[in-house]
Amino acid sequence: MISVQHGDFDPGAEYTALRDSGAGTGAIATFTGLVRDNGDLQGVTGLYLEHYPGMTEQVIQGLIDEASERWDVRKARVIHRVGRLALCDQIVFVGVCSAHRGDAFAACEFIMDALKTSAPFWKKEITADREHWVEQKEADLERSQGWD
Amino acid sequence: MSDNTITVRFFARLREELKTEHLAVDARPGLTAGDVLTELAARGGPWGQLQGDQPVMIAINQAMAKPGSAVTAGDELAFFPPVTGG
Repeated sequence: MISVQHGDFDPGAEYTALRDSGAGTGAIATFTGLVRDNGDLQGVTGLYLEHYPGMTEQVIQGLIDEASERWDVRKARVIHRVGRLALCDQIVFVGVCSAHRGDAFAACEFIMDALKTSAPFWKKEITADREHWVEQKEADLERSQGWD
Repeated sequence: MSDNTITVRFFARLREELKTEHLAVDARPGLTAGDVLTELAARGGPWGQLQGDQPVMIAINQAMAKPGSAVTAGDELAFFPPVTGG
């Protein structure tokens, strides 16, 4: 299930929901991304996140489908927030249920890495005196290409 | 909007700097996403960045596309900077 939303989420509740994925699930891997105070700029006080409604959800579903073809994925959950976020706010959640930890770790990391370079979200950093649209990072592209 | 138009959408930095969320262009036989990009860039000013140093990503009907991809009446064409979510 995929949610693109303005509001916050509860990772505990999401984890509990992921546990309801059948007795064959032996591993759950989750990732949560947070707003930190340094990125392209120092002294970041918040972010603004924009997305392309419709295309974003389609791209993420494609990533879950690809992960499900490559690894044992019994259930997957992706939440991504948009709009104005404050320092330390949660941005993104990825959770994957698998029979074994290797598949859960790999699928979770793949979805997160590929999301960063293919899902149409754009992040703007906000500091006390300026705003700056974040540039795509070569390191993120390399991480994502590493799964090809 | 008439049936013979293509909707062009802009996101993030491009949306802000072009001061445009969307516009319509007339469809014609053989038109490609790259043709639309070239014609919009020719408006000059901030529009020139559509063919500047920074890469511009292209989507047609919400799927990634290339400059040579054909666009036809009723299509939704989008131009945006490389994505930076997560």
